Amino acid sequence: MNWDWEWTKDFSGDLFTTGLKVTLQITLFGAIVAFALGLVLALLRRSETRWVSTPTRWFIEFVRSTPLLVQLFFLFYVLPGPPFHIKLSALTAGVIGLGVHYSCYTAEVYRAGIDGVPTGQWEAATALNLPRVRTWTSVILPQAIRRSLPALGNCLVAIFKESPQLSIITVLDVIGTAQELGSERFRYLEPLTVAGLFFLVLAIPSSIAIRRLERRLEY
Amino acid sequence: MSTKTPQDLSGPDSQWMIRFDKVVKQFGDLTVLNKLDFHVRPQERVTLIGPSGSGKTTILRLLMTLERVTSGTIEVHGDYLSHMRRGGKLAPADEKHLRRVRKRIGMVFQQFNLFPNMDVLRNITEAPVRSLGRSRSDAEAKGMELLEMVGLSDKAHEHPTRLSGGQQQRVAIARALAMEPEILLLDEVTSALDPELVAGVQDLLREIAQTGYLTILCVTHEMHFAQDISDRVLMFDKGQIVEDGPPEKIFSEPEEQRTRDFLQAILNA
Repeated sequence: MNWDWEWTKDFSGDLFTTGLKVTLQITLFGAIVAFALGLVLALLRRSETRWVSTPTRWFIEFVRSTPLLVQLFFLFYVLPGPPFHIKLSALTAGVIGLGVHYSCYTAEVYRAGIDGVPTGQWEAATALNLPRVRTWTSVILPQAIRRSLPALGNCLVAIFKESPQLSIITVLDVIGTAQELGSERFRYLEPLTVAGLFFLVLAIPSSIAIRRLERRLEY
Repeated sequence: MSTKTPQDLSGPDSQWMIRFDKVVKQFGDLTVLNKLDFHVRPQERVTLIGPSGSGKTTILRLLMTLERVTSGTIEVHGDYLSHMRRGGKLAPADEKHLRRVRKRIGMVFQQFNLFPNMDVLRNITEAPVRSLGRSRSDAEAKGMELLEMVGLSDKAHEHPTRLSGGQQQRVAIARALAMEPEILLLDEVTSALDPELVAGVQDLLREIAQTGYLTILCVTHEMHFAQDISDRVLMFDKGQIVEDGPPEKIFSEPEEQRTRDFLQAILNA
């Protein structure tokens, strides 16, 4: 089978402008949901009130133990029907699905970051009589999040690489678009290879940047 | 032996700055403080000495409310620290009560515990602004004065991690003083320092002690420093006070064999 350069040149523009744009959108918004909700989950999990921390732990375990694909199907195909009657666009359902799924991983990342703040920092905050909320916002979280950044960066790359799963609920990202292009000619070699290369070209520099960040963040 | 429950106790006595009443502190099965009674007068400077594990640091940590008593009560200048009155009875103190009484106490730690995410000045001003409600500009003016006093005014905007251990500890001292405490707790503040940096920090603390307005509780293994800084020394062993007296007496003619053994061990170390 020969590589069709002519065709490759024709579709690459489309793949970039429509498909890649959607992929980046999903990644960005999915990551925002994952990073924000993950922090909330991490804090709820640490709550001293059992009826807050225990359900949070169950929720995290539940989401982490079920496939993202099933969660996406549920959001897109089950929620619109009875008894929920919640209709979400494919993109919204996808972003929520991906974001919530990864928030359960980022929650663990934040938890490790928080646990990694030395006890002495808590004790100094107490000795200085800092209010509880201030202790969190001024002392603990800035240090914990800084410690978490490399791992959060890895989550970002993971979200990016998992985003094609959204094509199963009709979101046309890079892979979805490539598949459509391929089905027009029953020829998938070029579009899927180019789509795969997009991922490679973006993921490798991101991973390098994260490793650099990791080194730079040492206090 | 009969023990008083907290409900039987007469109220706090304000002639003492610090009063421990039958304080017991256990960690699991280990009893660190065993029915400890002692008092500290206002502006008294007390050094706690004794072998490690004798409960000295635990006393400071209880006062700083980093630990809670197992039983007994602690009072600070006429207020219960460990407890509060609720419906005519004594109940364990809640966060609000702790925050009110804790305001009078400052602590300097062995490991400095500066906040690495803030510059030096911010380390000093954060608590006065957030906890005492000072304006940022007032707190910074006061913070600069304190940095001047500890000889680090040129490091105000430096990151704590870029300072030497001795400089970090001086910042930590300034940070504790910025809260204008009545009681200053010093927990082995020079133990983590390189030997050549010890003197600078000790000199600073001698100066602070000589101003005389602070009540100081100091845990240290540096006996010369203890002698200079304190007007009373308590020798601890196994969670109890073995000997109590002025430094000249404790260090030159201790009465108890255990004190003599301890001082001998320190000298030979």
